[in-house]
Amino acid sequence: MNLIGLGLVGFSALLLLLFSIAKRKSPVKLRAIPALTRLYRAFGLSVEDGTRLFIALGRESLITPNAGAPLSGLGMLRHLTERTSLSDRPPIAAAGEASLALLAQDTLEAGYQAAGAGEYYQPTTGRLTGMTPFSFAAGAMPILRDESVSASVLIGHFGVEAALLADAAERENAFLVGASDDLSSQAALYASAPEALIGEELFATSAYLGATQSHTASLTVQDILRWLIILALLAGAALKLLGMI
Amino acid sequence: MRAIAVVLAVATGLLVLIGYFIPTLAPIQSMILNWAIILSGAAALVGVFNLIWVHWGKISRREKGSLYSAILLICLIATLIFGMLLGPDDSNMRLLVNSIIVPVEATLMALLAVTLVYASIRLLRRRANLMSVVFLATALLLLIASATLPFGEIGPLNNFVRPWFQHAWALGGARGILIGVALGTLMTGLRVLFGADRPYGGK
Repeated sequence: MNLIGLGLVGFSALLLLLFSIAKRKSPVKLRAIPALTRLYRAFGLSVEDGTRLFIALGRESLITPNAGAPLSGLGMLRHLTERTSLSDRPPIAAAGEASLALLAQDTLEAGYQAAGAGEYYQPTTGRLTGMTPFSFAAGAMPILRDESVSASVLIGHFGVEAALLADAAERENAFLVGASDDLSSQAALYASAPEALIGEELFATSAYLGATQSHTASLTVQDILRWLIILALLAGAALKLLGMI
Repeated sequence: MRAIAVVLAVATGLLVLIGYFIPTLAPIQSMILNWAIILSGAAALVGVFNLIWVHWGKISRREKGSLYSAILLICLIATLIFGMLLGPDDSNMRLLVNSIIVPVEATLMALLAVTLVYASIRLLRRRANLMSVVFLATALLLLIASATLPFGEIGPLNNFVRPWFQHAWALGGARGILIGVALGTLMTGLRVLFGADRPYGGK
């Protein structure tokens, strides 16, 4: 069993490397995700009208199996910071876990430096708002209300409390995109957010906002692996039907 | 300096990953994860200082909502002092938690229930498409099938429709989404391991 896991990781790594090299020569082609297209437009407008962008990264520690979602959120935070750092009101990132909040601050600073505006970085724009699900939401809701936020992104590991943030954003007429790796949160966001990303769309955000070879290659590898899993499931069902397993 | 950080991060990540598959490396993996837990504990302290700094700034600038910031800081300092003097297992400390924090979180949970009902009602106005109709119809059907009705349960709904939806459609869909999430997590992790994504800063 361990060898199958190691083989899958090794095979994925090999495919990622190969496609990263191959994608350097071919133009990037991605299917349209309307939520991300609208987000791109919303954060452009937020820079123009001097309002703020808010990014909530969820409450998951990076040393748990659910670390993929906050890592994806940090990637998005980096892209958005680079593009909005020269705005009158800098973006604010909130986390519900202390080490994630520290990484958010680090990512914000790196984004400012990459945009050549390192001196404008303010450490208070990366915040720990609470350390339990509801205290995180309760701490993040006043940011949406009091700090002139016009566009917000919930990206990371959330529970159903994400619906409270979506409701707070709606009350302030702020555009909101919600993306979580948790099923109950996805259902809550589907019902309450203007735009919700479902399933693996969460992990495609960086590729759509600032596509590099490795990002687009990882989407291709995900597609290949998904097809392999579909084939394996169909083969398993057929063998079971035939009574061979 | 940045290159050293990247090399250290990638090497540590690889060691932890391989530790899952090769049992001889498990003690090293365990040791690194223990270090990470200690660092997380230290990060919690830094996070609390960040919280104090943000709210102190709001109070000193007399920003909108600074009264709430003041209440938060007073409660935080009072809890810290009581916690240090009495210890977390003291009955008074437990009373503080059980009579303030638990009810407040339960209140937010109740508020969430209302928020979700309201959001569901508005869903068709916000996103009028086939998937929204399917979403609402499924939610309503399962609620009716699960609820205790005054005239008793609706037999076919409770015995056939609900299990069929839950075990065939919902479970199948959930597994599909989770497989997608797992693949996304794998690729995100690999990108970090290769140094293509660096959530630890750097240009």
